[in-house]
Amino acid sequence: MADSTHDGHASRRDFLTLTASAIGGVGAAAAVWPLISSMNPAKDTLALSTTEVDVASVQVGQRLTVTWRGHPVFIDHRPAEEVKAAQEVDISSLPDPQTDQSRVKKPEWLIVVGVCTHLGCIPLGQKGTDVRGEFGGWFCPCHGSQYDTSGRIRKGPAPKNLEVPPYAFTGDTKILIG
Amino acid sequence: MTAPASQNRLVRWIDHRLPIFTFINHELHEYPTPKNLNYWWNFGSLAGIMLVIMIATGIVLAMQYTPHATLAFDSVERIMRDVNWGWMIRYIHMNGASFFFIVTYIHIFRGLYFGSYKEPRELLWMLGVVILLLMMATAFMGYVLPWGQMSFWGATVITNLFSAIPGVGEHIVTWLWGGFAVDNPTLNRFFSLHYLLPFVIVGVVVLHLVALHTHGSNNPLGIDRKGPQDSIPFHPYYTAKDAFGIGVFLIIFCAFVFYAPNFLGDPANYIPANPLSTPEHIVPEWYFLPFYAILRSVPDKLVGVLLMFGAIAVLFILPWLDTSRVRSARFRPKYKWFFWLLLADCIALGYLGHQPPEGLMLILGRLATAYYFIHFLIIVPLLGIIERPLPLPTSISAAVLGKEKH
Repeated sequence: MADSTHDGHASRRDFLTLTASAIGGVGAAAAVWPLISSMNPAKDTLALSTTEVDVASVQVGQRLTVTWRGHPVFIDHRPAEEVKAAQEVDISSLPDPQTDQSRVKKPEWLIVVGVCTHLGCIPLGQKGTDVRGEFGGWFCPCHGSQYDTSGRIRKGPAPKNLEVPPYAFTGDTKILIG
Repeated sequence: MTAPASQNRLVRWIDHRLPIFTFINHELHEYPTPKNLNYWWNFGSLAGIMLVIMIATGIVLAMQYTPHATLAFDSVERIMRDVNWGWMIRYIHMNGASFFFIVTYIHIFRGLYFGSYKEPRELLWMLGVVILLLMMATAFMGYVLPWGQMSFWGATVITNLFSAIPGVGEHIVTWLWGGFAVDNPTLNRFFSLHYLLPFVIVGVVVLHLVALHTHGSNNPLGIDRKGPQDSIPFHPYYTAKDAFGIGVFLIIFCAFVFYAPNFLGDPANYIPANPLSTPEHIVPEWYFLPFYAILRSVPDKLVGVLLMFGAIAVLFILPWLDTSRVRSARFRPKYKWFFWLLLADCIALGYLGHQPPEGLMLILGRLATAYYFIHFLIIVPLLGIIERPLPLPTSISAAVLGKEKH
């Protein structure tokens, strides 16, 4: 390479080699992008991303599971005392501080994605006979995370509260999730 | 190096143009090998045989299997019931994964005991760790393919590990799934990669062997060969010894395949996948249990994931963590005991990985996890400094012929 430099300065040939390699690299990266992008959710998968549900038949204290984007969504018709208890928790003591009010649209209806924020298991608590953990919400059997009646993480390895999906009440008891 | 003077003109004609016969003669026949290798040195060739068995059975299984969320489970049951010899081929492939890991783990602990990772075999060792990682990825994705409950929830838990990455974690998980949950796109890509990765393993195994044949095998004494008197040709001595080992190994393997084919598996995987119900007790296959125990023993998600991958990462840098220049534990009176302690710790982690992480089991899991890292990061570097090794024999030949007592 002795002839490619003059007095320690980069030559025109070095410049051409470097720019040609750089452009080649950018081109290769651009060609790889569609391959990587093809692995993201396809349009038909994205099209299935809303669920409509009528909760008129869900009694106070009952919990309903619906499917949204392949995940269960927990709908909890909470009794007034549970709502009050959830509202009165001192949020500075929580691993992921959120008020109960910020997690619901109507206080009696708690709607959360039923997927443990630790490693994606489905927590127990939807059936009346299920273990609900120390905080009366949900209990994840995989690694022992415990959620309260607002779906907030209280104990165990999960880092975050159960996710609140985007939803809207389209009628008194009609909910559109997604 | 000279070409074998073959009588056959065709062989000579080919070899002059493509020296394949010279190569085989050099690497598999006259290849000088330490004369004192014991049976722990059989496990490398056993791992190679397992790779061949897995690829052969896997290619045939792929001809009958359907990678679709609604059809996969039934197609595996069809293999078990209707396809000629399907039950046997699947049981060989299923148990083969376990036995591939058994021989590989023994192969790794052989390397740890006899210091096979030390200069000049650092890259040989690191390529081995790469093979281990590829094996783990392949085994994990293969386990998902039958689309049973453990397949589905194992895939969910393991892919969710990546959500621990700050910022981009969720996007990476969605990308891995090709959707918003483990579903058909996930199954499809796992099948594609499960078919690809074994051939990547073959490629890395070739590099592993090139590195091996550059300086030759380590040996139980851990000392370098000093001359031709310390070596014997690979063929017929080690081809025969390896063949004998394969015979013994296949007897044990067949005992499982034919008499206890589901002993190492989880019955929950014979229940079709249900995305709305997690089984009571999710456990990975036995060969992942020590890593699973490390993951679960840490209360923080990100740290747990980092430590789990860290358990493999420490193996990568082990050649530089070990400050002792003596390879074989035979001449390292202290290291020898810590080696057995590490083995016991790994077995304990495997046991704890199978227990629910509560109470005493959780505490023991934390202690065993801590000890695993203490071994590699503190004990191994310190031992090289404070330990006084025993005197090394002058040569392999002198030691094995009894001129020196060891």
